[in-house]
Amino acid sequence: MPEETFGPDTRLRDRLLAGDEAAFEDLVAANQGPMLRFARNFISRADVAAEVVQETWLAVLKGLTAFEGRSSLKTWIFHILANRARTRAVREGRVIPFADLAAPDDEALDSDMASRFAEGGGWCQPPAPWEADTPESILLRKEAMDRFQAALETLPPAQRTVVTLRDVEGWSAGDACNVLQISETNQRVLLHRARTRLRRALEGVLAR
Amino acid sequence: MLSCRDVVTLATDYAEGRLPWTARIQMRLHLAMCSLCRRYLHQMELTKSLLGRLGRHPERHEIPPAVREAFRNRKAE
Repeated sequence: MPEETFGPDTRLRDRLLAGDEAAFEDLVAANQGPMLRFARNFISRADVAAEVVQETWLAVLKGLTAFEGRSSLKTWIFHILANRARTRAVREGRVIPFADLAAPDDEALDSDMASRFAEGGGWCQPPAPWEADTPESILLRKEAMDRFQAALETLPPAQRTVVTLRDVEGWSAGDACNVLQISETNQRVLLHRARTRLRRALEGVLAR
Repeated sequence: MLSCRDVVTLATDYAEGRLPWTARIQMRLHLAMCSLCRRYLHQMELTKSLLGRLGRHPERHEIPPAVREAFRNRKAE
């Protein structure tokens, strides 16, 4: 079969199968952090999450010959991780119901947003211009970044998971939905809510 | 016609390219005329970009020894 049929990750797979330890080191180094964070969406204990991630790498090595390159290697790895994390969470009796779209304080935030509009739907509390208007300039402001990080960390779990995969790690909507096993619409609702909250947190610090 | 409230509600659908074309046109028309909503969408875009920057320098993790060993054992097969 022509190599174009498969993704570039089949080449990586072949190098790994051939014993290229440097390539494997790069793969693990790049993904270990995101995998640990991802596992924590299903598993509350850090040590258990680390175990599940380790088991995942072992499963990846065992199953490497079966990887056909239809998805990216990363997505394939995260699929295995998601399944293991879910199974482990069920076994430990702690299932974080991921599909919970509604967070407890979503309603309060919705009505807060609604209050910014007049009856006809026009702004009555419009967005103010911000003191810093580019990512680079915001990154330089300690208070804004502290608040932003705090807001990210305290997002409702499902919203945090989606916005982290999509916006921090740059995954496509398709890959995110695939690994999280949620619909495109659900994923978008969660993404919208997360971005809305985070924007609001920045507004609190940056609005003139 | 879309209201400003509608624009805010649809902000992510629009950014993701998931609005049906009629709504997308209405969105563009509204944004052409409403600087406040342009500002809001710009701030949502800034938020997204900022998140992307956070992901840009991921910490490099060490391979757990058991995993390195499994790799080496596999190589020996």
